[in-house]
Amino acid sequence: MIELDFSLARGEFALQLALHSEARALALFGDSGCGKTSTLYAIAGLLRPTRGRIVLDDRVLFDSQADVDVPVARRALGVVFQDVRLFPHLSVRDNLRYGASRSPDASRFDAAVQLLGLAALLKRKPDQLSGGQARRVAIGRALLSEPAALLLDEPLSNLHREARAEVLEHLRELKRELALTTILVSHQADEVRALADAVALLDDGHLRGVLPIAEFAQEPCVSNARADVAAR
Amino acid sequence: MSFLSPDEAQALTLSLKVAFVAVACTLPPAIGCAWLMARRRFPGKVLLETVILLPLILPPVVTGYALLALFGHQGAIGRVLDALHLSIAFRWTGAALAAGVMAFPLLVVALRSAFESVDRKLEQAAATLGASAWRIFFGITLPLSLRGLVAGLALAFARAFGEFGATITFVSSIPGQTRTLPIALYELLETPGGESGALRLTWVALIVALVATLGAALLLRRTRNTEQVA
Repeated sequence: MIELDFSLARGEFALQLALHSEARALALFGDSGCGKTSTLYAIAGLLRPTRGRIVLDDRVLFDSQADVDVPVARRALGVVFQDVRLFPHLSVRDNLRYGASRSPDASRFDAAVQLLGLAALLKRKPDQLSGGQARRVAIGRALLSEPAALLLDEPLSNLHREARAEVLEHLRELKRELALTTILVSHQADEVRALADAVALLDDGHLRGVLPIAEFAQEPCVSNARADVAAR
Repeated sequence: MSFLSPDEAQALTLSLKVAFVAVACTLPPAIGCAWLMARRRFPGKVLLETVILLPLILPPVVTGYALLALFGHQGAIGRVLDALHLSIAFRWTGAALAAGVMAFPLLVVALRSAFESVDRKLEQAAATLGASAWRIFFGITLPLSLRGLVAGLALAFARAFGEFGATITFVSSIPGQTRTLPIALYELLETPGGESGALRLTWVALIVALVATLGAALLLRRTRNTEQVA
């Protein structure tokens, strides 16, 4: 269950959302600058809304009226950033371990390494990884922090065609295997169709509607994104 | 150390001891101040910044006199220390305090700019993984500031080793307690026939400076290599 009802101001930009979704995996879809990433950061606790309420699966993360603002480190949300943000001084293994420190359980570690195909990369440093590999490590690190939900910010952006297919396949598998509440930021319709159960359409800081994934393809506002996909 | 006379050798060991203790004791507060400066906004920040930099700006004799006024036998803190039998005036610990006060701003400046150059997005990412502020600092921020830390330590050590004005004003020149290498050198120059001793100490100072600088350079090269290859 995802309940987002808040306002947020960043300089000139104002974001106002009121949405409630029972979807397991919700995509925030829209053009760049529409407020998708700001919404994700507000959920993660990296941006503070001016007012409102953020609830994920009955956990109140932010509520301005009740004066609740759970600190970032205690929100237990696995965030995969668009710019990856692996720790450059740590090996892949230590990056993953940094995420796993809350529950240093070897079997979980091995399972995540297996699931994301990271076994051959453990000794490498982040600057020795390809874009797709780095993205997979970032996903593994987020998963190992035992998150209550997963936040993915454009997880397939800036990847070439094969790497994109590879990461997409891993994310599909995660969705099947783990059944975690997931919020996905994307401006790619194919990615949304592959990974989300419902889509929140954002436009210039406002919600235009929430669609079940089956209706999403027929929505006229995705035609641009579809054209983009067709051009690939 | 037959190259040096016993007095000169004593001055050298004292200087090394004073510089090591001074740098080791100033490091934790310097890290704390540098982190506050780099990461927090608070009222009076500019004032605190100025106070931290004062020993760099003031004539060292003024700093030494201020230390004497505070920590001397008649000083507000000195009287308390005397009562607790922890007096530092005219003792090597006083020389270490003077050296530490002079080295402190150099450490803070180097560490602050190192902390500021660490990408805060990495610290944010660590927080989303559930890391506490301490764990973020010791696991991410400090290791990524290693080059600044090494550079700051080398500068601070050199400053503490060479400290003269504040030390002689605060704790005078007592052989074995407060007569550090620069003070011994100065006194030899003032003594008829002391030139050869002064020359020996000059060579020693040069060697210590070279070893410290080379050591820092080697450490920096190693950290750069591990960042790139490993």
